[in-house]
Amino acid sequence: MLAAFPHAMPVEGLIGGLMIGAAAALMLLGLGRIAGVSGLAARATAIADSGAPRSIAIAFVIGLPLGAFLVSLATGGVVTRFPPSVVPMIVGGLLVGFGTRLGSGCTSGHGVCGMSRLSRRSLTATAIFMASGFATVGLMRLGGLL
Amino acid sequence: MIRFFIALVAGSIFGAGLAYSGMSDPARVQGFLDFFGNWDPTLAFVMGGAIIPMAIAWLVQRRIEKPFADAHFSLPGTQKLDRKLAIGAVLFGAGWGISGLCPGPGLADLAINPLPALVFVAAMLAGMLAHRVTN
Repeated sequence: MLAAFPHAMPVEGLIGGLMIGAAAALMLLGLGRIAGVSGLAARATAIADSGAPRSIAIAFVIGLPLGAFLVSLATGGVVTRFPPSVVPMIVGGLLVGFGTRLGSGCTSGHGVCGMSRLSRRSLTATAIFMASGFATVGLMRLGGLL
Repeated sequence: MIRFFIALVAGSIFGAGLAYSGMSDPARVQGFLDFFGNWDPTLAFVMGGAIIPMAIAWLVQRRIEKPFADAHFSLPGTQKLDRKLAIGAVLFGAGWGISGLCPGPGLADLAINPLPALVFVAAMLAGMLAHRVTN
């Protein structure tokens, strides 16, 4: 079935996914906290007043680019294809920031941590943001933006 | 100190996983959401892979009194559905589709492709600040 999608990376995806899940498990069983990146980023920058201790949030947020950098070194480079314009980065970034705070989480907190906990809130949020993402990209394709 | 170190290691493994799985590539993530285009199912494998260790971790969590490096679990409630959750998820999903980035990959990409990643992260923090000011 995957032969129909020659650009897919199922093996790397699964291995990388296991790493992400292991990291989230370490946060849960080590520090008793959800590895929710939007919440930790808000806490690290003091945009959020409550949540994890700031030192923990800052350490986790520093770790994200550090880990990506190490993979880039080890594998000889990581492909990142950004759109040529900064407009989608600005519009998308604003929506991601506002939306994740309003909805109390993103792909990591709701998607990985909450869904595996069978949290009703997280299952609902993930279904909605997935549907919204598919609809948005579908509209972009219809409108000739992709 | 030990807690700082654990969080740094967890963040690093998380960031490494994002980079290794292709999720730090905005075009690949957008490709997953582009069902009527050249669909890329990779994200589904990443999500499936990530949920396996976390599901086991939740089973362990129920059987222990406290985490191994902290005094107690600090976990959010799971039941209450409200309008904020739904609207927030709609807005987040739209931004995710437009940019091909969510918060984790945006921050991880600061080390790989700093300039466009910085634009995204700055806008994301501005959006978070806007939420704080208006709520």
